[in-house]
Amino acid sequence: MSTDHLDGNAAAGALREIFTTDLTAATGTCASCGNVATVAQAVLYTNAPGLVGRCPGCEAVLFRLVRGPGRAWLDLRGVTCLEFALPDPS
Amino acid sequence: MARATVLGRLTWRVATVAALRQETPNARTIVLDVPGWPGHVAGQHVDVRLTAPDGYSAQRSYSIASAADGARVELTVELVPDGEVSPYLVEVLEVGDRIDIRGPVGGWFVWDPARADATPVQLVAGGSGIVPLMAMIRTRAAAGSTAPFRLLYSVREHSAMLYAAELETHAEAVTPTYVYTRKAPGGHPRPAGRIDAGLVRAAAWPPDRRPLCFVCGPTGFVEAAADLLVAAGHDPALIRTERFGPTGGPA
Repeated sequence: MSTDHLDGNAAAGALREIFTTDLTAATGTCASCGNVATVAQAVLYTNAPGLVGRCPGCEAVLFRLVRGPGRAWLDLRGVTCLEFALPDPS
Repeated sequence: MARATVLGRLTWRVATVAALRQETPNARTIVLDVPGWPGHVAGQHVDVRLTAPDGYSAQRSYSIASAADGARVELTVELVPDGEVSPYLVEVLEVGDRIDIRGPVGGWFVWDPARADATPVQLVAGGSGIVPLMAMIRTRAAAGSTAPFRLLYSVREHSAMLYAAELETHAEAVTPTYVYTRKAPGGHPRPAGRIDAGLVRAAAWPPDRRPLCFVCGPTGFVEAAADLLVAAGHDPALIRTERFGPTGGPA
């Protein structure tokens, strides 16, 4: 396997800019192969105009995140379900 | 209605360099004073952003090296030759300078003594991958935790080893095993070479202790070390990995 990738841990800051909870510890289901893994385990490519997260099982694209001046684009096409710990409302 | 663990949107904040500590010829620790720092868990990282006078900016992720301690946050940065951010942080940055940071972030590659029971912890570091694992070792000591730790630390040669003296003070607690890939110091029991199956069997917790394993280093090292752990019988579900690339983090 090539070693020009990182992993989803490195997307934590960019995702926390959008979500109010840490998404890297969330588990996601790959829309292509059904593999369940944490976002932290995604194969992350940063040598693109943005961040591209791929499934550690089948390498299909899970998400793409592009940050531009004054706006962001988040494509979650490859994730069918995200599950994360969230406290009950008090 | 406030919910304890639902946080606000994360934004950049200004950190001031309070001190600098040379760790090796190519790495130094940057002690930051960050007013309003909310605290962090061992293993978390921050994004650092540098902006040039012409407005061009570059950002990278760096692991936090220190245990939570008020407004103080320590990062250890190793020089990446031809890198865009690390040469500035390792060679140019001075005490009193200000940099933008965002964090703490990351909730998976973390070890929290408040949530840890007696589960053994196996730390596996390649090069500067020791940094977030050092935060775990320091946090364990600061919290008075008795969680059983073991450390496997692979470096090119002794002069590239981070925290060498401090690790000796934790030797009893973390049973460190050092692997030298290029040049082993005189008297070291193992010739220079990469971490392999025999070493994992001999030095890591046995798989039946079901340790939580934290593996951090360059991507190639992490892939190899995680594969060795799985081959040795460790449950993949108990192996947590964090990779950094030749550029030290995402652009």
